[in-house]
Amino acid sequence: MSGSAARTFKHGVHPGDFKELTRELPVERVPLPAVLTVPLSQHLGAPSVPLVKVGDYVRRGQLIGKAGGYVSANLHAPCSGTVRSVGPAHHPSGKMVESVVIERDAASAQVLLPMDVQDWRGQTAEEIVGTVAEGGFVGLGGAAFPTHVKLTPPEGKHARFLIVNAAECEPYLNSDYRILLEQTEAVIEGIQVLMKALGAEKAFVGTEDNKTDAAEHLRGALPPDLNVEVLVFETKYPQGAEKMLIDAVLHREVPSGRLPIDLHVVVNNVGTVAGVGQMYLTGQPLIERVVTVTGPGIRQPRNLLVPVGTPLEHVIDHCGGMTEDTRQILFGGPMMGQAQRFLDVPVMKGTSGILFLTDREVVERTEYACIKCLRCVDACPVFLNPSRLGALAKARLYEDMLDHHIMDCMECASCSFVCPSNIPLVQRFRVAKGLLKEQAARDREREGAK
Amino acid sequence: MSDPRLLVTTSPFLKDSASTAWIMWHVSLSLAPVVLVATWFFGGSVPLVILAAIAGAVVPEGIQTILRRNARQPQAPPLRDGSAFLTGLLLALTLPPGIPLWMAFLGGLVSVVLGKTVFGGIGSNVFNPALVGRAFLQAAFPATMTSWLPVAEAGSRAQVPATLFTTPLLAADVDAISAATPLSQATFGQPTPEFADLLFGAVPGSLGETGALVILLAGLYLAVRGIVNWRIPLSILATVWLVGSGLHLLDPAGYPGGMFHLTAGGLMLGAWFMASDPVTSPMTQAGCWVFGALIGVLVVVIRVFGGLPEGVMYAILFANAATPLINRFTQPRTFGTRFKPGFTR
Repeated sequence: MSGSAARTFKHGVHPGDFKELTRELPVERVPLPAVLTVPLSQHLGAPSVPLVKVGDYVRRGQLIGKAGGYVSANLHAPCSGTVRSVGPAHHPSGKMVESVVIERDAASAQVLLPMDVQDWRGQTAEEIVGTVAEGGFVGLGGAAFPTHVKLTPPEGKHARFLIVNAAECEPYLNSDYRILLEQTEAVIEGIQVLMKALGAEKAFVGTEDNKTDAAEHLRGALPPDLNVEVLVFETKYPQGAEKMLIDAVLHREVPSGRLPIDLHVVVNNVGTVAGVGQMYLTGQPLIERVVTVTGPGIRQPRNLLVPVGTPLEHVIDHCGGMTEDTRQILFGGPMMGQAQRFLDVPVMKGTSGILFLTDREVVERTEYACIKCLRCVDACPVFLNPSRLGALAKARLYEDMLDHHIMDCMECASCSFVCPSNIPLVQRFRVAKGLLKEQAARDREREGAK
Repeated sequence: MSDPRLLVTTSPFLKDSASTAWIMWHVSLSLAPVVLVATWFFGGSVPLVILAAIAGAVVPEGIQTILRRNARQPQAPPLRDGSAFLTGLLLALTLPPGIPLWMAFLGGLVSVVLGKTVFGGIGSNVFNPALVGRAFLQAAFPATMTSWLPVAEAGSRAQVPATLFTTPLLAADVDAISAATPLSQATFGQPTPEFADLLFGAVPGSLGETGALVILLAGLYLAVRGIVNWRIPLSILATVWLVGSGLHLLDPAGYPGGMFHLTAGGLMLGAWFMASDPVTSPMTQAGCWVFGALIGVLVVVIRVFGGLPEGVMYAILFANAATPLINRFTQPRTFGTRFKPGFTR
């Protein structure tokens, strides 16, 4: 039991908390909208392959999309209804993405078509991973990496520790906090399932000291024979980044360019763990998730259980509408979230929050010259020199950025957050990394052609 | 479906409150007590010298701002960041109270033009601009720069010495009254003033350098607010005290003690407000410690073994020149890699 606030990773930043808007609000279910848009691509990896066509009747929980490769995920119908179209639709990424549009059957009682789930105690590790893949699980923290891939260590590697990520270091968001408090049974079930799938000897649940009550609640509910330790770390961004959390828990750094499994660790978001637990308890695949709807721009901030595919405008209506001065709507938190242009974009598996910012919160963008104040160097959790990288990026010396370890940047935006000169550091790093990856892919192709 | 009110930008959507302009104006504001103490001890010439130096520093950036007003610039106009104002103010605090106003003005002009603009403006300069201006004045007008006014008597604070209003190129026909600073007394083997006078500033010297205590308090305030990196002044002051005390132990009659070094001359102002200038100090915390230690050693060496009574200005300018080098061998070790000592590209 370590409640000491001293335990954390090095560097990082302290943005405001802003969690009080929805902290005490229990999760409520959003009524199903009339039409849902389920994108075939809402996870990292290949898009899902649609199994339904226009006019088909689908039942809530029915498989409607098959994983389009190993790194991909299954998709299930979030409601019973009729498929109206399968084609491009607005997507939170800003692109048009192939999506299945389902018109809700108003006459249906919307009873779940449960998956055929065996008791995990009788399953082998491979069978559990298969069931998780069947249920369409991806990381619910935001990155949406397919869970079954994480649960399958590469040849010759094995996991000893499962770390459950409940840090929720993004300001404003409370979905992980509410899950710890309200879905405790599912969390504990999920931990046991994943420990068995991984063959892990011990699990850690890592959270921050603004959620000590939730940590205490979970400790009280844990079965005594389960080897799980709940750890409370300093509230600091980005405590929830995989590498930072591992550093705080095990005091070890994931080697540059390697994966947590190289330290015998697998990290899963608490929402994912609860979802897997829920699946084993009720047979429900991943068709809904907890979303914190918050910010000064929404009239009634809430924590909601939202079916995947629910349009943004439906959520806005359910929360009393936007204020007149709302200027930005973000999917995700304020540090790494994505600004939205269209009100018909759907909530996805990875949507942890919807944040409404008004004119007052829109950040100043007038750029001053770098005064070399070292705030960014002191903030960077992977110990890069963002000032130097920013200068190289501005001069478009992208190849030189490789020598300064740009590929270790995880785009947490701490540098841009602290920069007093408003230099768009992380924004330039994203561009640079994108171009460098394209270049590397082209180089590989050329090598292959020889 | 698209809402025209919605602004699409990229993350982060939160910003720390400190901006470059806010930092510069905040440092300027924190110097107000120092200016008040200087006015108390040296009288009415203090505000005039300060205004002249600030005017000299602001003019070139003002011209730049006007020239650039129609250009499509992604960056904010130079005057708005407040750095020229701060440079002028800091320069003034290093000048003797009786300096002719035109010299203070010229010093401000040189600070910004030769200290900053020629390098490419704020952020690109190698040397502390205020100290570049002071070095220029010291080279051009050595006699004036070493003529110190005695501390003002209670009744004479409103008086302004006639030396202030001399004009360039004409021989000054005003007799300056001169007094010895504590450091020159030490250099030339004369008795040095009481510690309390050094602490509060009742000794002859530059405008804003004599009140060690008030400068320390202003500096501590900025350190607490996270504006001044406390590692730099701490490293300087600790090194000066250690080296100064060490020499004093070797030969108590020949060398002044560590506490004298800390409170005399421009050390406090230099350590808290000049060396800590982010632009010209290292970009890593380890580098800041090295940088401060280098300044500390140089200050004592120049003061004790050099021909000049005071060495803070040259010590900082030397260390400024070493900053790029310090940066190169103190770059952070990337997360998940092994520490590799040596230079980075």
